[in-house]
Amino acid sequence: MSTTQPIREPQAAPAPGGKLLEVTGLTKHFPIKTGVVFQRQIGAVRAVDGIDFSVGAGESLGLVGESGCGKSTTGRLITRLLEPTAGSIVFDGEDITHKPAVKLRQARKNVQMIFQDPYSSLNPRHTVGTIIETPMRLNGIEPPQGLKKRAQELLETVGLNPEHYNRYPSEFSGGQRQRIGIARALALRPKLIVADEPVSALDVSIQAQVVNLLQDLQREFGIAFVFIAHDLAVVRHFSERVAVMYLGRIVEIADRETLYARPRHPYTRALLSAVPEADPDAVERRERIRLTGDVPSPIDPPSGCRFRTRCPKFAQVLSEDERTACMDQEPELTDRAGGNPVACHYPETVELS
Amino acid sequence: MTLSTPEQPADLLPAAASFLDVRDLRVHFPTEDGLVKSVDGVSFTLEKGRTLGIVGESGSGKSVTSLALLGLHKGSRAQVSGEIWLEGQDLVALPEHEMRELRGTTVSMIFQDPLSALHPFFTVGSQIAEAYRVHHKVSRKEAMERAVEMLKRVGIPQPERRAKDYPHQFSGGMRQRAMIAMSLVCDPALLVADEPTTALDVTVQAQILDLIRDLQEEFGSAVIIITHDLGVVADVADDILVMYGGRRIEYGTVRDVLKQPEHPYTWGLLQSMPDIADDVGRRLDPIPGSPPSLINLPSGCAFHPRCAHKGRVPEGICTIERPELRPVAGTDAHIAACHLTARAKQEIRGAGPNDHRSTP
Amino acid sequence: MLRYLIRRLLAAAVILLVITVITFFIFYALPSDPALLACGKTCSPSRLTEIKHSLGLDQSFMTQFWEFFKGLFVGRDFGDQSVAIHCSAPCLGVSFQTDTPVLTTLLDDFPADLSLGLGAAVFFLVLGVGLGTVAAVRRGKAADKAAVGLALVGVSVQIYFVGLLLLFLFVDKWQLLPAAGYTPFTDDPAGWLQGLILPWATLVFVYLALYTRLTRSSMLEVFAEDYMRTARAKGLPVGRIVLKHGLRAAITPIITIFGMDVGSLIGGSAVITESVFGINGIGKLAVDSVQNSDLPVILGTTLFAATFVVLANVVVDLVYGLVDPRVRLA
Repeated sequence: MSTTQPIREPQAAPAPGGKLLEVTGLTKHFPIKTGVVFQRQIGAVRAVDGIDFSVGAGESLGLVGESGCGKSTTGRLITRLLEPTAGSIVFDGEDITHKPAVKLRQARKNVQMIFQDPYSSLNPRHTVGTIIETPMRLNGIEPPQGLKKRAQELLETVGLNPEHYNRYPSEFSGGQRQRIGIARALALRPKLIVADEPVSALDVSIQAQVVNLLQDLQREFGIAFVFIAHDLAVVRHFSERVAVMYLGRIVEIADRETLYARPRHPYTRALLSAVPEADPDAVERRERIRLTGDVPSPIDPPSGCRFRTRCPKFAQVLSEDERTACMDQEPELTDRAGGNPVACHYPETVELS
Repeated sequence: MTLSTPEQPADLLPAAASFLDVRDLRVHFPTEDGLVKSVDGVSFTLEKGRTLGIVGESGSGKSVTSLALLGLHKGSRAQVSGEIWLEGQDLVALPEHEMRELRGTTVSMIFQDPLSALHPFFTVGSQIAEAYRVHHKVSRKEAMERAVEMLKRVGIPQPERRAKDYPHQFSGGMRQRAMIAMSLVCDPALLVADEPTTALDVTVQAQILDLIRDLQEEFGSAVIIITHDLGVVADVADDILVMYGGRRIEYGTVRDVLKQPEHPYTWGLLQSMPDIADDVGRRLDPIPGSPPSLINLPSGCAFHPRCAHKGRVPEGICTIERPELRPVAGTDAHIAACHLTARAKQEIRGAGPNDHRSTP
Repeated sequence: MLRYLIRRLLAAAVILLVITVITFFIFYALPSDPALLACGKTCSPSRLTEIKHSLGLDQSFMTQFWEFFKGLFVGRDFGDQSVAIHCSAPCLGVSFQTDTPVLTTLLDDFPADLSLGLGAAVFFLVLGVGLGTVAAVRRGKAADKAAVGLALVGVSVQIYFVGLLLLFLFVDKWQLLPAAGYTPFTDDPAGWLQGLILPWATLVFVYLALYTRLTRSSMLEVFAEDYMRTARAKGLPVGRIVLKHGLRAAITPIITIFGMDVGSLIGGSAVITESVFGINGIGKLAVDSVQNSDLPVILGTTLFAATFVVLANVVVDLVYGLVDPRVRLA
């Protein structure tokens, strides 16, 4: 990508036939060590435990799940803020799984991240201008119109006043700070943005502003998104495809129409049934599935299907024989009976009302 | 909430024997930049066994209101005025030592983040037992037994063992359960829950809301739930009070307010929420701008700078005159503070007055 | 827990070894010649060589260090036929000046430092935490301003000024106390106490300032915590909120600094106080040994002080683990 392009020009198309991002068997184990003098590993927190997914150019993939399911770790692996334990990450036809930092420049330019906390992710001692210009400086990009002009254009793109170039982050509200973070992410004209809970720290009315902004950017510049969030309603709104994670694994992945109308994994169903709705009629109408207990420890996940310890279907519907499969065999994430990929031995088939 | 005649707004009624009757509550903080009017003339009533949801964005004054209900502004620089009548006593006028007697026993509170709201150095059981022992003359052992019983009641498995654990050894949901156990240990008549589920996952949020509902049925207490999430309110509350800039802008039953919102801010909140059931392609309709500064609240209607419909009100009244809370025709106790006429609202809503998402 | 302790003690041993090497090297490399000092004014070259030999200074650095190191574990024998000195393990060497084993001198002087340091520490901890708590509770009021002002004075004045002033007032002018100094507790408990009152007061005055300020700021930080609001919401009385919930949390950072202070005080860092009040402690011993280039004593006092600081560190971490249940020692 040439740096002389004006901001509104569309992104270069990805390699024909290829996906923009292809993740295979991605794994991240954080070792637990012990020992008096010499440390040895006695276990591992299996934060991400072998996941496959891909993101097409300009596509938005949502990653949802409860806290501790590994969705944020996945985001950090893709952006290579963390070193994967196993698996591969292919970005734009290039394997970046273990690429050393110095050689990662090109990929880093093309993959940017937006963080949850608009307060701590901006350096309070730098002006907004400096914050947005820094990625360009680090990558030796000299826009023809000059760094300052480009930064001001970016401010305008994200809906901020370009005259605020010299202000400090503390002079902005939470929503505006998140816009600054977005402007910074856009500075290098990335092909993919990993957004980790980008709106969950914001007020409801401001959330919608930021979601709309991200949606506009996605459409206008053809940027692909990995959108990590615990709010299923926001994800449904923003992402064409959604992957549901549980204890380091993807348990179901589907396009949004399918996932929200015909969830097949009991976990997906439970998650959906827990989303609060502002419509009193919907509250009365809804099927309630309550998960009991907490997510088990990722150090020692349950055998077989990881969800079985909390699965309402396992507890109430399945026969003794059927349960054996859940306990002994870890279900693969595959298409079962013609539907979307789901990691459950006994997926649901009924459509939600 | 008491039933009021349509002609008269709820807050103008004489002191009926409401369990909780908050009248014209004001909490102002003097600062170097000026007087911050966090709560500025808020009134509401609540009966035992009922749940009131107070909804608003950050800076709406909802949390400051909740702290005032426990008298927690006493001894700080905050200037509190108005009346909070609870079981025949005005909490605003009560001196600190008498207010202290009521905390935990008559009115108690659950906070947003249970990890920071529980003391990290004491076991969960001892913290609950302590809350019991302040108000009851019992031995340590008896208090601990009571704590274990409460932990069991809020659904914590192996309560005897878990009582000896420290808060950091609990998961987020378990911690909030422990917090609830602590707030209910002295059987309070009023429970104030300030964003009790905001820090939790949706699945756990659903569990906690179920628990609060169950316990309310069992103990018959009144509950005030402070939240920014209209979904939470729809789930557990009977009445809803929408706050903006430290003031009430809409107040009524959950069904009235959410099904037929009368204030453009409430419409805005509903429309800016992505819904799990609506049209996938619908573009969210955010409220423009940000919540107002509490030092320099906009003149007239505080919401006017963000309101899309002020053009429909003649002569720019919205920027000059602060709208009164007026009863909504055809309802028992639904009031809203907006200059728009009923007819104008009807026009704005267009077809399908019962669909809360049908504004243009 | 035990594993943690073993690991920490091993690490402490390594640190002490490194300190030994560094100290040994520094003083070995110094230009002064201990042999010349020991030889006196009328020194013949043959006598000098003899002394050098008897002190072991004619050997290589490595040999000297090895001898010293070995002595730590098996003891050493010094001197020639005329004066034989046995220095049993752990041997820190023998003073060039007094020909007594360094450890013996250290242990002789240690009770003075222990009494001085520990006694003062108890007072400045209790008073400092108390004053700091009052200041925090009465923030912005008269009591707070008084405590902060006192703290400021304490930080600004010097030990020898306070010490001499106290001596002048209490001993010379009003004659309320006998001359300050150290009398072993076992000899005369009353004399021990009377002699130490002024040294303690001096140290307390100086350290109190630090502890008042530390406690005040730590307390104010804790007051802003959510769990303090919870404590109020439970209906606890103010005293209980401050003393139980507040102090328990605010005391942890203070423990760290207190441990280090006590460690270094009893390790001999109260040298100015010692000299003002004429107490023969390890601090004074260290200063004298430097003046005399008495290498074994320099090494000994340095190692002794270092041991206390390093051990204090370990103790502080252990205590931290007991006080804060979130800290896991592993």
